[in-house]
Amino acid sequence: MEALGMSEILALAVPSDLFPARMQMALSLGWHIVVACFGVGFPAMVVFAEWRSHPRGGKDSDKDMDALAHTWAKAMGVLFAVGAVSGTILSFEMGMLWPGLMARFGQIYGFPFTLEGFAFFIESIFVGVYLYGWNRLPPRIHLLSGLPMIAAGVAGAFFVVAANGWMNTPTGFEIRNGQVVNTDPWAAMFNPSTASQSVHMILAAVMVTGFGVASVYAVGMLRGRSDRYHRIGLLVPLTVAAVAAPIQIGVGDWIANVVAKYQPGKLAAMEGLYQSGTGVPLSMGGIYVDDRLVGAIEIPYGLSLLIHHDPNGFVAGLDRVPPGLRPPVNVTHLSYNVMVSIGFALLGLAAWLAWAWWRRRDIPRTPWFLRAVALSGLAAVVALEAGWVATEVGRQPWIVYEIQLTRDAVSTAPGLRFGFYLVLAVYIVLTVMTAYVLRRLTGAHEASIAPQEPELEEQRVGGGT
Amino acid sequence: MTAAEAVLAIMWVGLTTYALFGGADFGAGFWDLLAGGTERGRAPRRLIEHSIGPVWEANHVWLIFVLVVLWTSFPPAFAAIASTLYIPLTLAALGMIARGAAFAFRHSTDQLAFQRLFGASFAFSSVTTPFFLGTIAGAVASGRVPPGIAAGDVITSWLNPTSMLGGVIAVGACAYLAAVYLCSDAQQHHDLSLLAYFRARAIVIALLLGGIALVGIAVLRADAPQLFNGLISRGLPLILASVAAGIGSILLLARRRPGLARVAGALAVTAVIWGWAVAQYPYLLQPELTVQAAAAPETTLRAMLISLVVGAALVVPSLVFLFTLFQRSHSETSQTAKH
Ligand code: HDD
Ligand code: HEM
Ligand code: HEM
Repeated sequence: MEALGMSEILALAVPSDLFPARMQMALSLGWHIVVACFGVGFPAMVVFAEWRSHPRGGKDSDKDMDALAHTWAKAMGVLFAVGAVSGTILSFEMGMLWPGLMARFGQIYGFPFTLEGFAFFIESIFVGVYLYGWNRLPPRIHLLSGLPMIAAGVAGAFFVVAANGWMNTPTGFEIRNGQVVNTDPWAAMFNPSTASQSVHMILAAVMVTGFGVASVYAVGMLRGRSDRYHRIGLLVPLTVAAVAAPIQIGVGDWIANVVAKYQPGKLAAMEGLYQSGTGVPLSMGGIYVDDRLVGAIEIPYGLSLLIHHDPNGFVAGLDRVPPGLRPPVNVTHLSYNVMVSIGFALLGLAAWLAWAWWRRRDIPRTPWFLRAVALSGLAAVVALEAGWVATEVGRQPWIVYEIQLTRDAVSTAPGLRFGFYLVLAVYIVLTVMTAYVLRRLTGAHEASIAPQEPELEEQRVGGGT
Repeated sequence: MTAAEAVLAIMWVGLTTYALFGGADFGAGFWDLLAGGTERGRAPRRLIEHSIGPVWEANHVWLIFVLVVLWTSFPPAFAAIASTLYIPLTLAALGMIARGAAFAFRHSTDQLAFQRLFGASFAFSSVTTPFFLGTIAGAVASGRVPPGIAAGDVITSWLNPTSMLGGVIAVGACAYLAAVYLCSDAQQHHDLSLLAYFRARAIVIALLLGGIALVGIAVLRADAPQLFNGLISRGLPLILASVAAGIGSILLLARRRPGLARVAGALAVTAVIWGWAVAQYPYLLQPELTVQAAAAPETTLRAMLISLVVGAALVVPSLVFLFTLFQRSHSETSQTAKH
């Protein structure tokens, strides 16, 4: 009796928890995705470093490469454990926050998540094998055990992004009399957005990992530690990221074309475009008020050129979307601009490296280069978050594009917002702790740090020293 | 057997595996919590930590597996459970974060204060998480989760006698499994004092669980009559099997056969989980939503079955590889570190 009264009070106090629910989802996803990038990008880099460290052609093993491989593997192990935890919360939240989505579409939308579950299963098993088995398996077998880890990380990202792509361009079912019928989960998984989005995401993960790791060694070198260990620690990940950067811009063009075709309203919001028309300019920056973009820099014919590769191509604007169904323009437009600007800035950094390498087989000598690399990791993360914000906010007010409204999917349970406050507090603590542990990794490649590693004799938890 | 039943059975295998492996991990944290001060608790804590090692994450993914299979194959049931029970789910999730983070960071600091903090949050959340998961099981089993979105009471659905019973039994079962497993680990290490330590605890917790189960009969009869009727009719053979296996594991422990006791202990827990399923069948959410009514269309179920078979073919050998690698080096270190 008394408890019933309590939930009634909660219901009275909180008419709608849509906003906190969105914020909770955004926070958890935005947090998970950063860590998850390392789960996609790190395995290949670690295995590469280990492979290069093995003795070959009569030469001894490469001590610096070996030390790097070990340090990176530890960081990978810690981030993997944190990613597993934050991902688990996400899967709870799908149902706690968006039961309307899951109840109706779980039968289609859920399928790639099942495959993702298997991919993560395999990844977590082989991260365990790889870290725990380092000195227990023969070197060749150990190296081979890294391969399933790499494949599973990439496959997992593909499946998850396929699920997200389905929210953008839902396929694989029909709706008759309000009922979802004729479901085809395979068709749903290979919806029109899956290919471009997953390639873009996997490249983004490679860039975040590459620039992110390189920036750590750039900071070290700026502090005067320019031994060989630091130089290859910078060069290997930076080269990987620099190769990905130009490809990413090409893929960005592809993905923008897919959005223009299937989600014209979202593209209009990303570009801040109200008036449909031909010969549309590309607008950067600016603020959208009263159906106009104020203070933007315009490149004539730019948008038509980008979308149709034709200066007179037709681009649909927000005027085609009924007022109640338009996404928030400013957030979408600005995050989109941020992502694209950073994409080009990182391309510039990659070109700088390529130029210096071509001329002198060395990284540029000026400390400005190291400063730029030191910033690049953060920049890549900002681009990643901005891209996701543009994608997700640009889909609003739909949770499933033109099929289901976000507000129809949200849970009606009373008191939902307190969950958000709690999750917010927990993520702040988790962020601080993760940063602290990763800091300890620099220069501690002997100690056993990752949770999957066999423990050294002098270490133990809770036991004191 | 229909496709829906086949998927449900596979999901239940996943849940059982989570209980047996993930549950033992939780239980290890329970014993960590009770191990006493730094000095006194050192030896058991070392064994506990040693036994979790690199398999923790793999054990944990079973839960994810159950969730994704549930939401894809029985979407309305998942939506109803997650929305009505969002409070215990959030609390269990926070426990998982605390536990996972403490575990992930445990090696990373040598400062005593931090080590204590990580140790404490690991131990504490190892008890709260299975408790809240148990209340969720109790809520579903006692028919307090009606189909529909947040259609049940968000408070009383999990604050009720059956849920409390579920929570306590979950914590107890985890502790029991862990103690039995740790006995056999201690034996592998030829550590007789630790073997005696965990054997005493395993026997005590098994007797306690038996007592709780007796009280539970009365609770279920009054609070969850439909489940109770299922348990004493169709579910009875499994419940009796669980009792027999439980008693068997105590006797085996008393006779210093921890390896066999481990098997018996796992059987006892498995039988209870399947007893619940049999008692509740054909309802996913009592008293209205049946398995067939909640099931996704055939096309989805068929795709699920295909991917479950292919997935198992990939995952099972990999898991076996990880466990043998771990077990082998485990016994190697215990050979050299024998004391
Ligand atoms: C390192 C990160 C990064 C970089 C440098 C870029 N992007 Fe990006 N972008 C992402 C990371 C990202 C992402 C991983 O955050 C998104 C969110 C959803 C997705 O699939 O990828 C994304 C989404 C996204 C979308 C929306 C897709 C949708 O809504 O379905 C478009 C149109 C672009 N990007 C276009 C570009 C262009 C033209 C870039 C060139 C400069 C670019 N991106 C660089
Ligand atoms: C595959 C991955 C993802 C899936 C399946 C997914 C799914 C969802 C769902 C179900 C919602 C709630 C409904 C809605 O508001 O439309 C949502 C909202 C949101 N997500 Fe994602 N998401 C994914 C990745 C991300 C990432 C990586 C970010 C990073 C920041 C992100 C940012 C957001 C934001 C900002 C919202 C709130 C949008 C708003 O309400 O304005 N998402 N997402
Ligand atoms: C674009 C978006 C995402 C990417 C690229 C991604 C990638 C990953 C990766 C690589 C992992 C392995 C752990 C790690 O390396 O950190 C992971 C873990 C996990 N993710 Fe995500 N994820 C994304 C979004 C989501 C979403 C939307 C959900 C659920 C709704 C989710 C659920 C999980 C779960 C449950 C785990 C834990 C699995 C385990 O224990 O191994 N992820 N994710």
